[in-house]
Amino acid sequence: MAAETLAALLLLADGRLPAGGHAHSGGLEPTVAAGGVHDIASLEEFLRGRATTSGAVAAAFAAAACAALTAGDTGRFAVLDAELDARTPSPALRATSRKLGRQLQRAMRAIRPHPCWAELGSRPHHPVVLGAAAAVSGLSPSAAALAAVHDAVAGPATAAVRLLGLDPFATHAVLARLGPLLDDVAADATRRAAGSPADLPASAAPLLDLAAERHATWEVRLFAS
Amino acid sequence: MRARATLATALAADGRTRVATLHSQAPLTLRLTHPKGPEPWTGHDAGAARVCVAASAAGPIGGDDYDLTVDVGAGSTLVLRDISATLLLPGPHGELSRLRTTVQVGAGATLVWLPEPVIAAHGCRHRSDIRVELGTGARLILSEQLLLGRHGEQPGSVVQHLRVRLAGRPLLNQQLAVGPGAAGWDGSAVIGDRRAIGSLVVVDPGWTEHPPEPALLGDAAVLPLAGPAVLVSALAPDALTLRRCLDTALARLAGTHGHRQPAAR
Amino acid sequence: MLHDQNTHDRDPETDDHEHPHPHPHTDTAGVLPRTPGRGLRIGIGGPVGSGKTALVAALCRALGSEVSLAVVTNDIYTTEDADFLLRNGVLPEQRVRAVETGCCPHTAIRDDISANLEALEELEESLPGVELLLVESGGDNLTATFSRGLVHRQIYVVDVAGGDKVPRKGGPGVTRADLLVINKTDLADRVGADLSVMDRDARAQRGQLPTIFLSLTEDPGAAPVAAWVRSCLSTMD
Repeated sequence: MAAETLAALLLLADGRLPAGGHAHSGGLEPTVAAGGVHDIASLEEFLRGRATTSGAVAAAFAAAACAALTAGDTGRFAVLDAELDARTPSPALRATSRKLGRQLQRAMRAIRPHPCWAELGSRPHHPVVLGAAAAVSGLSPSAAALAAVHDAVAGPATAAVRLLGLDPFATHAVLARLGPLLDDVAADATRRAAGSPADLPASAAPLLDLAAERHATWEVRLFAS
Repeated sequence: MRARATLATALAADGRTRVATLHSQAPLTLRLTHPKGPEPWTGHDAGAARVCVAASAAGPIGGDDYDLTVDVGAGSTLVLRDISATLLLPGPHGELSRLRTTVQVGAGATLVWLPEPVIAAHGCRHRSDIRVELGTGARLILSEQLLLGRHGEQPGSVVQHLRVRLAGRPLLNQQLAVGPGAAGWDGSAVIGDRRAIGSLVVVDPGWTEHPPEPALLGDAAVLPLAGPAVLVSALAPDALTLRRCLDTALARLAGTHGHRQPAAR
Repeated sequence: MLHDQNTHDRDPETDDHEHPHPHPHTDTAGVLPRTPGRGLRIGIGGPVGSGKTALVAALCRALGSEVSLAVVTNDIYTTEDADFLLRNGVLPEQRVRAVETGCCPHTAIRDDISANLEALEELEESLPGVELLLVESGGDNLTATFSRGLVHRQIYVVDVAGGDKVPRKGGPGVTRADLLVINKTDLADRVGADLSVMDRDARAQRGQLPTIFLSLTEDPGAAPVAAWVRSCLSTMD
C-alpha cells in the first residue's frame, strides 16, 4: 500500500466516521442475550467466526466494488448487489446492510463528492459503498477489503464493551490478536475479488442469521442490529 | 475412487414424467423407486418420477471424487431421495473427498430433493458443491442435514457450498465451513455448540407476489430470500430435533401431503 | 410571541445583565439551511427523567391540530412509549420513528447523526408537507447537545428535581440550546430547589437566549414552549 494513501484508509476505517456504525452491534446484542458471548474468550470466538464469514464476504465485495470503480465499470455495482443479496439470506441483515450502505453513501457524498454516489442508487449494500469509498479515496482493493473486515469485528467489539462492561483494554487486545486473521481474510478477499462476482466468497454464519432475525422482533433494542 | 452418475427426466406426451437417462457408476448408484414416506407437493402425483441414490460402499472416504448430474426436463417432476445416511470418513493420507452435484430444473419443472443426513466422522475432510439452475417457473424443494460427528465424536472438516440461480440470476449462495479447518466455526457467530445443522430451500413461483413472512421456529429461522424463495436455517443439539424442526418448516411452507401411501401399482 | 409569566426570555435590546464569562453565542444561527417545502427540525434533549417525552407529548397535543408534525425518538423506545405519544399526543403511528443509539445517545444526535437524518428523511418522504419534526434525544448527561447539521433549533430540558445547581453547572445544552426549559417547577418546594437561583444562573450562562420555567402538571399544553415553537415556525420560513 502506498504510504500516501494510509491517511485515507485510517479515515475510512475510523469508528468515528459518521456513517451510522456506532449504533450497530453486528449481531452481538442478540448473541449476548442468548448467552453466546459473556466474557473475553467467548467474544474472541464470536469475532473470529464473524471475521471469516460475514467479514470475509464484506471484504471481497468491498474489494470488488473498489476495483470496479477504479476501472470505471460502475455497471458492475448492480451485479455485486444481486450477488450480495444471494449471500445474505436473512432479510433483517439485508435491510441492515442497505441501511448502513445508505448512511455511508450519505456521509461520503459530503466527505468526498463524486458522481459514483448517485450511480449507487438509493439503497446500496454497505460493502459495495465501502469499496466505492475506498476507490474514491485513492485506495486499492486490498485496502477496501481490510477496512471491511476490520469494520466487521471492531463494531461488535465496541458493543461488547458497552453491553457487558468488558474491560476495554482486554477487548482491544482481542482485536490485536485477530490482526493476522484479518490480514489473511483481506488478502484472500482481494485475490478472489479479481475473479467473477459469482465466485466471490459466500461464507455462511447460521447463528448470525438467526440472531439478526430474533433481534428484529425485539420490542426494545439498544443497537439497531 | 471416482464415480459419475447422471439422471435426466422429461415430460411425456401423456403428462407423466419419464426417466430419460439413468446412468450410475459404483458406488454412486441411482434406482427407480416408489413413493417413500410423506412427500411435499408431489404426494399424490403418480405421474412424478422417483429416484433414490444408493451408496453401494461406505463413504465417501478421503480421496473419493463423486459427480452427480441431474436434469429435470421442462414441465417434468422428479422426487430424489437417498436410501440411507452418508458417513464421511477420512482417507488414509488425509485427502479431501468431493461431491459435485449439478442440477438443472427446466422451465415449469419441479424437483423435490430430500436427502438423508450427512454425518461427518472424526478426521474426515469433505467438500460438497451443489449448483442448481432453475428455469422460469421452476419449483424446488431441497433439504440438507449435516451431523457433526457420530455420538460424542469430534467432527472432521466439512465445507458445503450451495448455489441456486433462478432464470440466470443468483438467488442463494451459501458456503458453510465447519470443523477444525474453519476459524471460529464453533463460536457463537457460526454454529456454537450445535452439532446438527440443517437447511431447507423452497423456491415457489407462486411467491413472486406474496413471499412468506420471516418467522422463528425455536433455533430455526424462516428467511425469505430476495426472490420467490425461502431458506429455512436450522441448528439443533441432535439429529432427531433437527429433523423434526425441518419437517415442521417443510409442512408449513410446502404442505406435506401423502402421509398415506398411494395405492400400489 | 406569547409571553407567559414564567417566561424569562428577554429582549436583547434591553437586556443588560452582567456577563461573568464569554458566551458561545456564535453558532446559534445554525448551519442546517431551511429547505423550502421541508419541515422545521427541533431537537429536544436533556437528562434522563427531565420530562422530554412528556414535553414532546404536550407539544403534539398543543400543535398537532395546527401543523403537520412528526417525531423521531432516540429514547429507549417501548410500546409503552409509543402508546404514551399516541394516546397523549394524538399522533398516528406513521408519524413516529424510533432510532437505536447503541448505548450512546449523545453520539446519535451529535457525532454521528446519520441514522437520525435517515429517519427524518423517511418521515419527510412518507408525510409530504410535514412542517415540524421533533427529534427527542435519549436521556443523557449535561454534556450532550444536538449537532447543527441535524436540527435547526434545539430545546434543552432540565428539571428542578435534578438540583438547583444544574444551570450553574452549564454544559452545552444549558449554555447553548436555543431554549432552556426548567421543568417540574411544581416540585421546587418539595425538593428544596430555589427557582430564583436557577433563573439567575441560567441568565448568567445563557446571555440573550431564552429560558422557560414550566410545570406540565399545571400546564399540560406547555403553552409557553408551544408559543416559542410557533414563533420559530413563523420566523424561520
